[in-house]
Amino acid sequence: MKIKAQIAMVMNLDKCIGCHTCSVTCKTTWTNRKGAEYMWFNNVETKPGIGYPKRWEDQSIYKGGWQLRKGKLELKSGNKLSKVALGKIFYNPDMPEMKDYYEPWTYNYENLTQAPEKKHSPVARPHSAVTGEKMEVNWGPNWEDDLAGAHITGPLDPNIEKIEEEIKFNFEKSFMVYLPRLCEHCLNPSCVASCPSGAMYKRDEDGIVLVDQEACRGWRYCMTGCPYKKVYFNWQTNKAEKCTFCFPRVEAGLPTVCSETCTGRIRYLGVLLYDADRVQEVASIQDEQALYEAQCGLFLNPNDPDIIAQAKKDGITADWIEAAQNSPVYKLAIEYKLAFPLHPEYRTLPMVWYVPPLSPIMNYFEGKDSIEHPDLIFPAIEEMRTPIQYLANMLTAGDSQSVKEALQRMAMMRSYMRAKLTGDRFDEQRLERVGLTARQTEQMYRLLAIAKYDDRFVIPTSHKEGHMNPYRAQGSAGFGDIMGNMGTGMDGGCSGCSAVDSFSPGRDKDGKTIYEENFYGGIWRD
Amino acid sequence: MNMIEQFLWVIFPYACMVVFVVGHIFRYRTDQFSWTAKSSEFIEKKQLMLGSMLFHIGIIPVIMGHVVGLGVPASWMTAMGVSEHLYHMGAVYGGGLFGVITLIGMLILTSRRFTIRSVRKLSSASDLVVNTLLLFIVFMGMYATLFTNAVQPDFDYRETISIWFRGLFILQPDASLMRNVPVSFKIHALTGFAIFAFWPFTRLVHVWSVPLNYIGRSYILYRRHKSS
Repeated sequence: MKIKAQIAMVMNLDKCIGCHTCSVTCKTTWTNRKGAEYMWFNNVETKPGIGYPKRWEDQSIYKGGWQLRKGKLELKSGNKLSKVALGKIFYNPDMPEMKDYYEPWTYNYENLTQAPEKKHSPVARPHSAVTGEKMEVNWGPNWEDDLAGAHITGPLDPNIEKIEEEIKFNFEKSFMVYLPRLCEHCLNPSCVASCPSGAMYKRDEDGIVLVDQEACRGWRYCMTGCPYKKVYFNWQTNKAEKCTFCFPRVEAGLPTVCSETCTGRIRYLGVLLYDADRVQEVASIQDEQALYEAQCGLFLNPNDPDIIAQAKKDGITADWIEAAQNSPVYKLAIEYKLAFPLHPEYRTLPMVWYVPPLSPIMNYFEGKDSIEHPDLIFPAIEEMRTPIQYLANMLTAGDSQSVKEALQRMAMMRSYMRAKLTGDRFDEQRLERVGLTARQTEQMYRLLAIAKYDDRFVIPTSHKEGHMNPYRAQGSAGFGDIMGNMGTGMDGGCSGCSAVDSFSPGRDKDGKTIYEENFYGGIWRD
Repeated sequence: MNMIEQFLWVIFPYACMVVFVVGHIFRYRTDQFSWTAKSSEFIEKKQLMLGSMLFHIGIIPVIMGHVVGLGVPASWMTAMGVSEHLYHMGAVYGGGLFGVITLIGMLILTSRRFTIRSVRKLSSASDLVVNTLLLFIVFMGMYATLFTNAVQPDFDYRETISIWFRGLFILQPDASLMRNVPVSFKIHALTGFAIFAFWPFTRLVHVWSVPLNYIGRSYILYRRHKSS
């Protein structure tokens, strides 16, 4: 056994309102640069829909992830030899093109103020960010927001295609789910495996997957390799870029930007301990629907004394073990079994987990005679507007039972808490039937509904001080330097972009004080 | 022997070779970030498939042919049992076939680079120069192989160009060997050396990054903080 630690994320889709704050704050932090305009390290898709890039879930086109060939785990896009020797290095047949994402554009805003006097008001027209020429915008990021055009794109959603019964995209029967997506920082990352230059790697300390910008040679196999299509090609620097899990923040014990700014408080960050020696074995399990359970089995109980002893032996520090014990991710994904990995059938063992959405069901259920027949919740879940099979196709490779059980636990939690708060009687045996205790249910409620900052984000700081001077290294992470080197006119250094620096009256205050005085719920108070 | 000959066939080739070597060391040490294959497949895919495949499949045998034709003395080849006739058959038909493949690929790539707007917009000056120069070199090579060889069948580059070329590497350069070489071969040789001088400063450096060690390595890579 070799224990490694992984910083993982859970998103509670039950509370996602699709506001795109995560996407926007991520973009302004990481990808507001030339060549990266089209990149959304974090994006929020409305499902059903084809997504970004178009039909990314269709691995018969993109060949992402792993597959079993003669019982052995192999990249779906072909083995190592075929990549180098069979001409794929000259032309990658499975790679998405820019038009599969969208052509980035801007507007000629100056026309609004500089146009000569005319009969009609001047307008700002879209211009391609690539060619600079006028363009017609007919696809873009989030084009399908809130089911826009879903009568056309919805049926093309690969998760819909797998459902046998016919789904009509008419107004009365429509359903939708928001799906925020970012890099999964997988335990078995197929992008890392695809990179012929060895530029992509998984950090040993926290499992964050990164691209070494100096070592990347632009062969682009990572784009094909990632089944989530979350490695992007910067068309200006000709190198691969991806979500960094905001590692400079995480190292300092802060949540990622997307998590910090989430208005619905749907995101959770925490440590999972896992057995690195068993990763390949678990990813190679024959039955796709068994992959979810197997993945859960990979994570080790951080309260088990034997595990703690082994973790210490494998170099995991006491504060990280403590963080693993308090990890909201461990609680939601492993203990309560509420959160699921996205598309486990890609065999990458993704580390961003999703709690399936339940919301519409309660109104439907509570409008009927739920008081007399509290167990009506179970058939009601079956009749949920969002087909359980659809959720299962996304989260468990089609195993609807696990998803159903998670939804039942959530529904039961609501019933229990309602009874408790209104003073109604509640038969606690009903909790047992879904595998919960009263105490667990209350903890679950606290984590999901109250969702305090300190409960959502349990992130131990990195121990860089052991091998470098973190004070001197300030400002050395990120893409800022790259832009300086490229001479794009942007300021390579970062004078004035740190809030603390520009805030001169607070010079003598420490960071925490300034933070608490000025930063509230992710928004600057000015 | 006049100065021009001395410049073209001794000074210029040596200058190109020095720039090639020093340039690569300099760029590798100072600028890893811009070292990339610089593929434009992300912008345009269909024409790239045809052009890139044809060009690369053609150019590799063509380069190997040059190594044999220029680097191995005719006498060695005869000693190995490759007769003059056999060699010429191989050089003209084999070289011609892969040369044509390379040329078609290069034509597609060049037209793509100049006519497809988004590809052209993303091309740096160095991309355009490399592209045009490569097309020109390949074209001159084909012209020399197929046309000049047919018109002047008594000219044997293995008696002239090859000896001059090897002389450069054993530090016995002899410019006079190039005096009676047909002009098409001369242009091909000079532009060939020129592209070696451009090489380290262009996208061509990707040739040295062919990921051969990928084949033997493990799939998943972990990196630890140094010294921990």
